[in-house]
Amino acid sequence: MALEFNDGNFEKEVLENEKPVLVDFWAPWCGPCQMMGPVIDEVATEIGDLAKVGKLNVDENQESAQKYGVMSIPTMIIFKGGKNVKQIVGAQSKETLLEELKKV
Amino acid sequence: MEGEMKDLIILGAGPAGLGASIYASRYKIDHIIIGKEPGGYLNEIHRIENYLGFEAVSGIDLGAKMRAHVENLGVTLQQETATKIEKIEGGFSVITEKGTYQTKKLLYTVGTSPRRLDVPGEKEFFGKGVSYCSTCDGPFFRNKKVAIVGGGDSAAMAALMLAEYAESVVLIHRGSELTCMPIYLDSLLTNDKIKIEYSKSISKIEGENVVKKVILKDNDGIEDGLEMDGVFIEIGSIPNQKMLLELGAEVDEKGFIKTGPNQSTSVDGIYAAGDITTNSNGFRQVITAVAEGAVAAVEIFRKLKEK
Repeated sequence: MALEFNDGNFEKEVLENEKPVLVDFWAPWCGPCQMMGPVIDEVATEIGDLAKVGKLNVDENQESAQKYGVMSIPTMIIFKGGKNVKQIVGAQSKETLLEELKKV
Repeated sequence: MEGEMKDLIILGAGPAGLGASIYASRYKIDHIIIGKEPGGYLNEIHRIENYLGFEAVSGIDLGAKMRAHVENLGVTLQQETATKIEKIEGGFSVITEKGTYQTKKLLYTVGTSPRRLDVPGEKEFFGKGVSYCSTCDGPFFRNKKVAIVGGGDSAAMAALMLAEYAESVVLIHRGSELTCMPIYLDSLLTNDKIKIEYSKSISKIEGENVVKKVILKDNDGIEDGLEMDGVFIEIGSIPNQKMLLELGAEVDEKGFIKTGPNQSTSVDGIYAAGDITTNSNGFRQVITAVAEGAVAAVEIFRKLKEK
């Protein structure tokens, strides 16, 4: 299962993490985001210890969404060493996300 | 699940596919639904006010009710993306990213994708102010300036929804009259936040990291810049017909799957329903999608019984 990120734990769990971290920015009002939910869970399971994978509800955590210029959801951002290294907008397949995570 | 031959696989989990499943269940057709997004395009509709029995309902809520109705009848909804359909002895094989499924009959209800504007800046600023989903991204434009491109029902609905958040809304339509349902017109014309630019189109989207400006062009080719934070593109849809084209299915000049009155396609054993077909006189509504699904299900039942 994917982790839950929020404005409170973002610094520690995402930015200070030694591993690459994939964050799925989503909201309950967004239909395509609901489709991504189970895909993100599968990515989390399949990537195992190589990376961290989690979801951030932009409705409840506007600070993080604004900071990274999220203006369209779903948006997936991969962070490494505290930096945004890849930003992908729109629903994606599990394979694409796994591939992107393995590349960084 | 793999290896077992189903009577029917429904590809697509929007209103057409879910509607068909209700009937298939009642006719005791052994079937599954394979769809990447339960609810389909319904999920992107802000408010539906023309589905009988629901005076006003959000697309997400209506989709969830439809899904629950289907699943309560014991049907499995496989949330997977199909990539290929192959003809096999006695039916078809459906290949998804997770596996292969076999079926005697196939109902294709995978709908449409948004049409692109195809102007400079559109691709570059996608997700940075350019959007094709007003219900998804509208809330990011609170107190901002937004433009909607289009003149049909989707554009009208997007303009009205965005007016709830945005500082100002400009509806840009290339024609001299909007083509949306008259019920939307009154609301558009009386909303102080909404301005309509007729006979104009966007020729370019400009910005720096995010959208800052759109260039409008009128029928005489005269251009004018408008400061803008967001651009929502609602100019219709293109059918997702690729997998059926590979099997030789006939389509019309716009790419919609040609279907008979019983929802059959030109490929024996494959049926189509919903936004992707040429049926219902091209009137692509939730109610027509559900109805086409129902018609397809009963026809599939008859054909399965013949053999």
